[in-house]
Amino acid sequence: MTDLLTLEDLTVHFDTDEGVVQAVDGAALTIAPGAVVGLVGESGSGKSVTALAILRLLRPPARVVSGRIRFDGRDLFALSEEEMRSVRGSHISMVFQSPRTSLNPVLPVGRQIERLLVLHGGAAPGQARERAVAMLREAGIAEPDRRAGQYAHQLSGGMCQRVMIAMALATNPRLLIADEPTTGLDVSIAAQILELLRDLGRRTGAAILLITHDLGVVARLCDRVVVMHAGQTVEWATVRRLFHAPAHPYTRALIRSIPRVDREVAMEPIPGSVPSPLAPPRGCRFAPRCPLVRTECAAHVPVRTIGEEHAVACVAVEAS
Amino acid sequence: MALSTLEYASTNAASVPRSAAALLWRRLSRNAGSLVAFGVIAAVALGAVAAPVIMPYDPDAPDAEHALEAPGRRHWLGTDLYGRDQLTRMVYAGRIDLLVALEATAIALSLGAVLGAVSGYRGGWIDQLLMRGIDTIQAFPSFILAMGIAAALGNSVTNIVVAIAITHVPIYGRLIRGEMLRIREMEYAEAARTVGNRQRRIIFRHLLPNCFPPVIVQATLAMGFAILTVAALSYIGLGIRPPTSEWGAMTAEGAGYIVSGEWWIFVFPGVAIMATVLSFNLVGDALRDVLDPRMKGV
Amino acid sequence: MLAYIGKRVLLVIPTLFGVTIVTFVLTYVLPGNPALVKAGPLATPQHIAEMERRMGLDQPMVVQYWRYLRGLSRGDLGESYTTGRPVLEDLIQRVPATLELTVAALLVALAAGIPLGVVAAVRRDGWLDHVSRLVGVGGVAMPTFWTGLLALYIFFYALGVAPPPLGRLGTGITPPPRVTGLLTVDALVAMHWRALGSALHQLVLPALVLGFSVMAPLTRMVRATMLEVLESDYIKAAWAAGLPRRTIVYGDALRNCMIPVVTLIGVVFGFLMAGNVVVESVFSWPGIGNYAVAAMMSKDSGPIQSFVLFVGVVYVFVNLAVDLAYGFVDPRIRLH
Repeated sequence: MTDLLTLEDLTVHFDTDEGVVQAVDGAALTIAPGAVVGLVGESGSGKSVTALAILRLLRPPARVVSGRIRFDGRDLFALSEEEMRSVRGSHISMVFQSPRTSLNPVLPVGRQIERLLVLHGGAAPGQARERAVAMLREAGIAEPDRRAGQYAHQLSGGMCQRVMIAMALATNPRLLIADEPTTGLDVSIAAQILELLRDLGRRTGAAILLITHDLGVVARLCDRVVVMHAGQTVEWATVRRLFHAPAHPYTRALIRSIPRVDREVAMEPIPGSVPSPLAPPRGCRFAPRCPLVRTECAAHVPVRTIGEEHAVACVAVEAS
Repeated sequence: MALSTLEYASTNAASVPRSAAALLWRRLSRNAGSLVAFGVIAAVALGAVAAPVIMPYDPDAPDAEHALEAPGRRHWLGTDLYGRDQLTRMVYAGRIDLLVALEATAIALSLGAVLGAVSGYRGGWIDQLLMRGIDTIQAFPSFILAMGIAAALGNSVTNIVVAIAITHVPIYGRLIRGEMLRIREMEYAEAARTVGNRQRRIIFRHLLPNCFPPVIVQATLAMGFAILTVAALSYIGLGIRPPTSEWGAMTAEGAGYIVSGEWWIFVFPGVAIMATVLSFNLVGDALRDVLDPRMKGV
Repeated sequence: MLAYIGKRVLLVIPTLFGVTIVTFVLTYVLPGNPALVKAGPLATPQHIAEMERRMGLDQPMVVQYWRYLRGLSRGDLGESYTTGRPVLEDLIQRVPATLELTVAALLVALAAGIPLGVVAAVRRDGWLDHVSRLVGVGGVAMPTFWTGLLALYIFFYALGVAPPPLGRLGTGITPPPRVTGLLTVDALVAMHWRALGSALHQLVLPALVLGFSVMAPLTRMVRATMLEVLESDYIKAAWAAGLPRRTIVYGDALRNCMIPVVTLIGVVFGFLMAGNVVVESVFSWPGIGNYAVAAMMSKDSGPIQSFVLFVGVVYVFVNLAVDLAYGFVDPRIRLH
């Protein structure tokens, strides 16, 4: 089965007053149709930038220095802006953090869904309204007919996120990118939202790229995981393998630093700090802090497959 | 709620430390406009201070032979009806305008800061009372109020300063009050309180100094408004009156000559006003970029 | 929403009282003895004392304030000793001129300033943006009286396209019968085309000057607001949803930008009223600004007091209207 999305060698720089910020360096990932893939990393690791790059939403001062994106057999970078526009919102949708501010405050939420249906699906206005209400109902909103006429400020944070998800899935996209969709939401609401994502994803057959800093979310929702550190993708694995047999030194340190309730373990924060994206080290950016560092780490780091659907960008790791 | 694992594990990326002064200099020097603006203000200030020394003519001495001369070699900006050198008069006038603006701003700032600080820190009925007072001042367009006060008090320099100062108090009052409301909850206020400092000490020694960045920006911009106000008041006859030279009054003198073509009498004082006010605005903007980036675009 | 309206309207009352207090205090402080003025140059000391008693000038300040308020409620704004008429009459006669100028200038400022600000933000760093920044930064620094004089010099003296600044109608033109006091409207109603043409001709330059002076801050504020809106989360989400540029920028963003711009109109109005005084002075426009300046020069307390009061009251109500309009336009306020 061919992959739905392949991203290769993505490098993004930002031209700022302080210098060139090398936000993403050679990132790569693949998403299979219908899969739920987690993109995991600390804040500032370049996850959101990567997502925006996929949708070609990066604007100056951001610069895509290199990269290849194939989606559904098409080279996204070869598309014209107009063609790309027809991909956005219809083939690939995105859901953002802070749902309330992501909704237009002066348009009723139903209308915001309707116009997408008209635009991308060619629906007639009457049909669009029905579909929009139906979508809201599927997203778990009670009294969807009444809610459709309301404005964002009249809905709770959780409801806003449901609306956003309804909007994103209304056009039946093949890929849904969710950038930290539960940040700022109550724990219980967050859990519901994640369930909703998973269920709707399964029902519509859409693949989901879930961007998060929370390993717990990943464990609950995803099939596969990609780990990012300081702009570089360092490990690709299934969820099971990642938690039971993390390979990359960074991932291992990460897993080790998870507080555990089932046994006494000393908390081990990762020593040192994330390298500044203004002057990052050459080669592997984790090397300065890595317990397994070698001289080869300062050169280009190869990606090695070390197991069943398990790859890592590290020279120091042996195949298991 | 526990931190997510990655939030706990990560530490902030190292950031390159930069002192405020270095940043300010870099921001200013990169922008030619700001540099020029600084230069203009410096020139005006220099002129104000050193006028008697550097200007060749006496601003008040009439010279009937050279009345109404167009700009030329002897009188770079021309002369007026009485033969007085316009350039000299303008430099002297700069003194007055700058002085009035400076004094008015200083008074308004001090008064506004105290009122705003007390109001913001204490809250309650003091806050309500002071804010109603400020609202009342702001119920009028500031120039109209300044006109009224100037008319009531009279034409002296002091009275104009008072008039402008009163209309500017709300600017600083609200600003400091806002800052005070924001800061008083923060930790070091709590710390100061626990150590047992008296309220006045807390307000003035600990919290107020932290309000300064936006105040400095606002004061710089307000200097421009003050100059425009005193010039406009003088133009319509309510401000500084002859024989004291003042840019607005000089422009008024030149108004009558439009129909006879002696344009230099009204044009140059206006240019002086514009250049000075513009410079204060540009410097104020540059300061804002450096000191308080979140105010950008306001 | 009702609470919003109620609260705003209620707040107006103490503010209006504050306005009357300020105007009262100003004239109280004003040097000169009104009784002296009213009694005339031939008055004897007894006459003056009698006049003072009759005018209540020997009473304590609070009592005088009360008398002042009572007078206001009867429509008594005092008398002008320069014109010899009740101030209220003078104001009624002169307000239309100011109104006409203000409205014309407001239209100019809105029609030019808002689109300029919007396009400057949309095409950031384009040539229109540079123009807007020039206008914004330069215009704010230009003294309005100077702009007026410059305009007169260029368009009247040098180019000869503008009429001499002698008032609202050219010489020799008979004014149309007074219906509203607004010459343009009255001439239109009476179909006096020559008068209409002349009135407009006289109006153009002062309206442009005054309009330009308030356009500068307006453009700056519109541009800043639009830039902020364009950076907001929902606009980014709109891009991600594949909406066309036109819809995002000139639909969603513009709509959201215009809401805070409504509140700007209040601020703009304040600038207009201030600029009015100066422009009327430069162009000899027979409005209340000129009236006030003349009164202030001759220390004629009645008109001074009433002018400041009038402006204060109008400003308060304009701001109220703007606040209420904002409440209607912003769904976040309209629906709880």
